[in-house]
Amino acid sequence: MATNGAALPRPLGLLAELTHRCPLGCPYCSNPLALDSRHDELDTATWARVFKEAAALGVLQVHLSGGEPASRRDIVDITAAAREAGLYTNLITSGVGVTDKLIGALADAGLDHVQVSIQDSEATSADRIAGYEGAYARKRALGAQVVALKLPLTVNIVIHRANIVRIEEQVALALDMGAARVEIAHVQYYGWALKNRAALMPTREQVDAAVATVEALRKRHHGRIVIDAVVPDYHARFPKPCVGGWGRRSLNVTPAGKVLPCHAAESIPGLEFWNVRDHPLAEIWTSSPAFNAFRGTDFLPELCKSCERRDVDFGGCRCQAFALTGDARETDPVCHLSPHHDKVAALAVVQEDRDYSYRRM
Amino acid sequence: MTDTASIAPDARPRLPRGVRLAHNEAQGGWVLLAPERVFKADPIAVEIVKRCTGEATFDAIVDDLAKAYNAPRERIATDVGALLRGLVDKRLMEL
Repeated sequence: MATNGAALPRPLGLLAELTHRCPLGCPYCSNPLALDSRHDELDTATWARVFKEAAALGVLQVHLSGGEPASRRDIVDITAAAREAGLYTNLITSGVGVTDKLIGALADAGLDHVQVSIQDSEATSADRIAGYEGAYARKRALGAQVVALKLPLTVNIVIHRANIVRIEEQVALALDMGAARVEIAHVQYYGWALKNRAALMPTREQVDAAVATVEALRKRHHGRIVIDAVVPDYHARFPKPCVGGWGRRSLNVTPAGKVLPCHAAESIPGLEFWNVRDHPLAEIWTSSPAFNAFRGTDFLPELCKSCERRDVDFGGCRCQAFALTGDARETDPVCHLSPHHDKVAALAVVQEDRDYSYRRM
Repeated sequence: MTDTASIAPDARPRLPRGVRLAHNEAQGGWVLLAPERVFKADPIAVEIVKRCTGEATFDAIVDDLAKAYNAPRERIATDVGALLRGLVDKRLMEL
């Protein structure tokens, strides 16, 4: 287990979950089921210190996220502090609560890039998925303002059964909004999405059609918009190299200051996370028990250790291995070679038309 | 495409908003930062990109580098053209 700082890779990205407060209730939210309250949130000065420590550690980009980051009254000061630390600043927003005045102030504070989520190309469906009436219109208005400020815009679309048949229309919407980049992100089943899995799960046929559509759209729109796609992993043959490998490329700071190797890491019981209130970030990166728990590939079963993809996907996602096999050290059962792969295959065919459990505090 | 003819002599290359050249000690030097992307910049690329302010023309940048490095202008023009074309194709540079 690597604890020697000199031997460790340096992180490139920091996901700063500034708050768990959010006006939307998306049923696939990546936040944990147990949300941090406003009372526990880190203050402006602590975030500013974390950004400086992150830059010194090698972090180049900070993703200001949440919840809805604009729910914080100090979002402009936080953005300015990140920029002052030398970080590339990316605002990941629902758009709701980001007024034209606020986005202007953020641009002046040095914001580099905006990523806005859309839930669907049809307003009624989009607002139903978000659990918030008027969200679609607000997102479009923010997109227009971002483009008017000449800030680069990415549109993020989370794909699931309710919108998977409209990928073409949603990419057209992203183009119409003036986005230079669009993310087609199939739902990943953690946290709230795990809770809503059967209501969100697309069919195999829908997934195959979606993959073909994305390929065709990439060709059609080449040079106009970059299309990045996150694979629907319950329907994949190989697992994803989650966050580029545990404790290799990125870290995540929760609203209350806990530092996680990935946003879902708290779903694995028994891990000890350190807090930025108690330790400098560099010490957490090199020495916290949670970061060292699954670094490298030595802990993996023989199936992974002897696999030619060992250093490609690192045995997949630890949180998914735990969620589906009860053992975080197992091969991610998304892998078709996993002895537990039949569980994934069985879950991938469960589709239930039922109401969402919306994400609420 | 690495053809210098594809960049006009009077083009004024500049980084688009959202693309920045930054120095990070811990990462060992200069990097070009863009939405969800990071590119390590070698010392030659850094010298070229630093000159892409939107004010200097392609010709002026090549002249300046040829002088600074006491190198044949033609070779510099080829190298700068290839680098800029690659960046333009990745939307990391505007002409």
